[in-house]
Amino acid sequence: MIEWLSSNADTVAYYFAWHTVLAVSPLVLGLAISIPLGWLARRHRSLYPPMIGVTGLLYTIPSLALFVALPVILGTKILDPINVVVALTIYTVALLVRTVADGLAAVPDDVIQAATAMGYRPLRRLLQVELPVAVPTIGAGMRVAAVSNVSLVSVAALIGTTQLGLLFTDGFSRNFMAPLIVGIVLCVLLALILDAIIMGLVRVLTPWQRAAREQQRATGAVVGSPKNGLRRLPEVGRAS
Amino acid sequence: MIEFDSVTKRYPDGTVAVDELSLHAESGEITVLVGPSGCGKTTSLRMVNRMVEPTSGRILINGTDHAATDPATLRRGIGYVIQQAGLFPHRTVLDNIATVPYLLGWKRQKARQRAMELLDRVGLDRSLAKRYPAQLSGGQQQRVGVARALAADPPVMLMDEPFSAVDPVVRESLQDEFLRLQQELDKTILFVTHDIDEAIKLGDKVAVLRTGGTLAQFATPKELLEQPADDFVAGFVGKDRGYRALSFTPAEQITCDPEPAVTLGASAAEARATARDGWVLVVDSEQRPQGWVDVRRLDSTVTPEVLHRGGTVGSITGSLRGVLDAALSSPAGRGVMTDADGRLVGAVTPGAVLALIGASPDGSGNGGARSTNGTGTPDSRGSASPTAGAPG
Repeated sequence: MIEWLSSNADTVAYYFAWHTVLAVSPLVLGLAISIPLGWLARRHRSLYPPMIGVTGLLYTIPSLALFVALPVILGTKILDPINVVVALTIYTVALLVRTVADGLAAVPDDVIQAATAMGYRPLRRLLQVELPVAVPTIGAGMRVAAVSNVSLVSVAALIGTTQLGLLFTDGFSRNFMAPLIVGIVLCVLLALILDAIIMGLVRVLTPWQRAAREQQRATGAVVGSPKNGLRRLPEVGRAS
Repeated sequence: MIEFDSVTKRYPDGTVAVDELSLHAESGEITVLVGPSGCGKTTSLRMVNRMVEPTSGRILINGTDHAATDPATLRRGIGYVIQQAGLFPHRTVLDNIATVPYLLGWKRQKARQRAMELLDRVGLDRSLAKRYPAQLSGGQQQRVGVARALAADPPVMLMDEPFSAVDPVVRESLQDEFLRLQQELDKTILFVTHDIDEAIKLGDKVAVLRTGGTLAQFATPKELLEQPADDFVAGFVGKDRGYRALSFTPAEQITCDPEPAVTLGASAAEARATARDGWVLVVDSEQRPQGWVDVRRLDSTVTPEVLHRGGTVGSITGSLRGVLDAALSSPAGRGVMTDADGRLVGAVTPGAVLALIGASPDGSGNGGARSTNGTGTPDSRGSASPTAGAPG
């Protein structure tokens, strides 16, 4: 296996880089789309159920079907990585809209009232007060979406897109274990790295949460941290 | 000045929260809106900064119709303090206080410098500046809330039950400091509370609202206690009105009898020699009253442990309410009186206080109120404070 890896290191590294790009860019795009959608779902209560329903439904579309259908819809070539990015952005939005809406809903009402009374206009209030306070919840959703993306990207190997999934199809077709194991290990590694980066970002953005936790520990209060979205974990990798 | 001109708030479902409210909150005064839940007091407050828009009527701030200013700009010029402080959990104390200066586009350094000054002003240590709200006690959070409202030095402040979420002891000290602060700042303040005692303590004028959002009475606290406009106001103002009205009569006219006292550490023999009617007052080296000692039960030197601390202390700079309370609560039957620095001046008997009330042309215990006066329960509010807490 070591022998196989050393002779194919360049290819593997190339696949790994593509895998990273294909998993991360939808995450960023998905978040950018989910924030306004989640804000709308939060602001207009009547929009919440249909929006969560529709985005939830999107997640049930089999990824392979989407990879095949998107070139037809978008007019792209079947091997174009754009197809994978668009498909995974849809899945990311499906996961994050709810997270963003719930995260914004969890911002204490007196905080929003106070911000309004101080003279914040809605957009600035969203950016400077509501989103920063919702970071822990949104971060939890991002972690789920990141892991989900890493596993879904590999499915695109079936249509031939360049990424670690090609190692699986290669291994299967040749009944050869080395690329299979390398592919699995690198997928897990990428998932762990992304997870750690998101956790780190959340940590940097929420020094106030640590302060609150230390205070609670000091006063013996029960620590409750919202972990919205983690209950969706079993779905991850469903289509792989 | 904040002026309500026939202001009505009717919700789409037909509920009337505020009904034809007209009142003037004078500049530099604290005007309290008080009433039971559902009386529209918070709605009235929130109409001033356009958090709620009136259905009809006008609100003028210093003569200008507030509807002429866009809401966000208007709000930056009006301080606002809410019940749970509503601090931003993700910002440090300093940045919370600097919120409005930031919104007004002040330079960061200037805004923070201003915030530091306000920490001093509201009696918080500068070392708290870098903390987050979750690391503060309820009372500290509320002080930060007040500092944040004051940051851009707005002429008008709105306060919505700012002290109701803290425990009674902290609440009382916050109220006292708030009054002290207002003496320095001279803001036009509209203050909402459901607590009539708070309204009477803090208000220059008090507006009592009844359910349905109508104004039942708008008067000074003294008038409210002495001449409630109707049964609703009388009931809401509550019992002990005559007794509580004594808060508005200064104690300076009272004549104190000399009260011999011993200092802590005195011998039992000395205490017995000094005592009158079996009780002797104990003071510290600064002549500040510490408590009474029952000499019949004294068998050693006078230590803090043997002190009876039930009696309250009246101040000659306080009100007759505090004096009467001191007289009634003293185990010796003689109320302890101190000067502004808390040093012993002498003692008064309940009879002497009542004689003064009877002779007072001011009529502190006048007709209508006196009928319920008999049930008065002395408490330690007003200018009276428990003996144990007197020094300092």
